[in-house]
Amino acid sequence: MNIFDFVAQYWPRLLAGTGMTVAQFFLATLLGVTVALVMGLMKLSPNRLVRATAVTYIEIFRGTSLLVQLYWIFFVLPLFGVSIDKFTAGYVAVGMNIGAYGAELVRGGILSVPKGQWEAALAINMSPAQRMRRVILPQALVNMLPPWGNLMIELLKGTALVSLISVADLMFETKQINGSTFLSAQAFGAALVTYYILARFMVTPFMRWLEAYMARKMGRA
Amino acid sequence: MLDMSGFPLELSGENTPMVSFRKVRKSYGTLTVLDDLDLDINAGEMVSIIGPSGSGKTTVLRMLMTLEQINSGVIYVDGKPLTHMPKGGQLVPANERHLHSRRSDIGMCFQHFNLFPHMTALENCMEGPVQVLGLSKAEARDRSEELLELVGMIAKKDQHPSRLSGGQQQRVAIARALAMRPKVMLFDEVTSALDPEVIGEVTNVIRGLVSEHNLTMLMVTHQMGFARDISDRICFFYGGKIEEQGHPSELFGNPQRERTQQFLSAVREAV
Ligand SMILES: Nc1ncnc2c1ncn2[C@@H]1O[C@H](COP(=O)(O)OP(=O)(O)OP(=O)(O)O)[C@@H](O)[C@H]1O
Ligand SMILES: [Mg+2]
Repeated sequence: MNIFDFVAQYWPRLLAGTGMTVAQFFLATLLGVTVALVMGLMKLSPNRLVRATAVTYIEIFRGTSLLVQLYWIFFVLPLFGVSIDKFTAGYVAVGMNIGAYGAELVRGGILSVPKGQWEAALAINMSPAQRMRRVILPQALVNMLPPWGNLMIELLKGTALVSLISVADLMFETKQINGSTFLSAQAFGAALVTYYILARFMVTPFMRWLEAYMARKMGRA
Repeated sequence: MLDMSGFPLELSGENTPMVSFRKVRKSYGTLTVLDDLDLDINAGEMVSIIGPSGSGKTTVLRMLMTLEQINSGVIYVDGKPLTHMPKGGQLVPANERHLHSRRSDIGMCFQHFNLFPHMTALENCMEGPVQVLGLSKAEARDRSEELLELVGMIAKKDQHPSRLSGGQQQRVAIARALAMRPKVMLFDEVTSALDPEVIGEVTNVIRGLVSEHNLTMLMVTHQMGFARDISDRICFFYGGKIEEQGHPSELFGNPQRERTQQFLSAVREAV
């Protein structure tokens, strides 16, 4: 069976799996960006305890394997009375993991904004929160978009691990098809191509568009 | 605990200065940058600060803008303490809330403009009035457009800073500061980063402010001719102190102190 016949026959399941992968990707991104923002800001806090919390979080999630984190959230947390369904466990693990990497980007982005911007914002009497939200973060965001693009690709690839807790994503469907048909080359070939298309023709162009959009907002384009 | 008994809770009386530095000391580690500085500036007065590099000129402005904390002494603005607040009949160091309430009297323009790059000229000017003063967008726009008109930048109001020349950016920065309706304006070498041919467009704006508005202004500059033209008083700083001060014609025409004479002749030679 060539790959075209294979896709012609199994496309409904591949498509369903791809849909699940995209859903996991979106939710993990949403969570990851939020976590990155919170942890990145906490890491710059003047309060030592707040800083230490962020450092601990980042160390744990960057220093250990995503797969182990996923298993912890799905298999171990229930032992402590916190049960999460597999769909949620999947994107939460990926999102929290990517958030730890993103926190460093947020921190770096904020530090890259010139000191004069803080001072100008203070000179018009903006509160510390206004300075951050209205002046610093928008500029930090522009500075950190390119590395975020790479992180998003990592995130997309990372979502394949959720298949190991039986979330029916693209990887899970592919393995199922392979298990029943033994058409390994076709099955994993189709998955390979699909992941590549998602990354190169959806995530990357979207990030490029976002960069161009932000550049326009900055009057740079 | 520092003894604050020598500092009144408020300055009052007919000739209360708009700005008053009282025994203000500032040091970085072991380096004393300002050494018990006393400086009064009257309402509506235009005072220029000149002096060699590192003499503490910028530091004076930064402390008045509350960008920097002082080590001792008190700064008063419009009779009320800026760096301190009254508590139990005594002055104690100001907290963020007090600073926020007093800072609105002061506006500042920087050497490198520091416009917000993600906002247009108009948005730069509207930001403070809308976010800090709580004006409606329409009110803030009217006020900002009026000021952009004043500095000759109304035609470029929808441009981002990256599309503006240095002189144009600095004029927008002046409008942005004025939009907050400060009582005191600070200028820190606002022409130093500019190409020679555009310095005039910025100095003309400041000239206009001096002649038509009753602002109190404190300006650090290396442009002696300009300072001489527009100032009511010149302060020559040396080593964190005011070495000599006086009316421009006196200070430039007949400097009394040796260091002032040396500095002025060095500056003249450089021109
Ligand atoms: N944040 C800081 N940390 C340590 N030293 C500082 C700091 N800011 C200023 N200084 C020092 O304080 C002194 C006075 O600095 P200031 O910027 O007020 O000088 P200035 O008179 O404005 O000089 P210039 O004409 O070069 O701008 C200098 O010796 C400077 O190195
Ligand atoms: Mg200076």
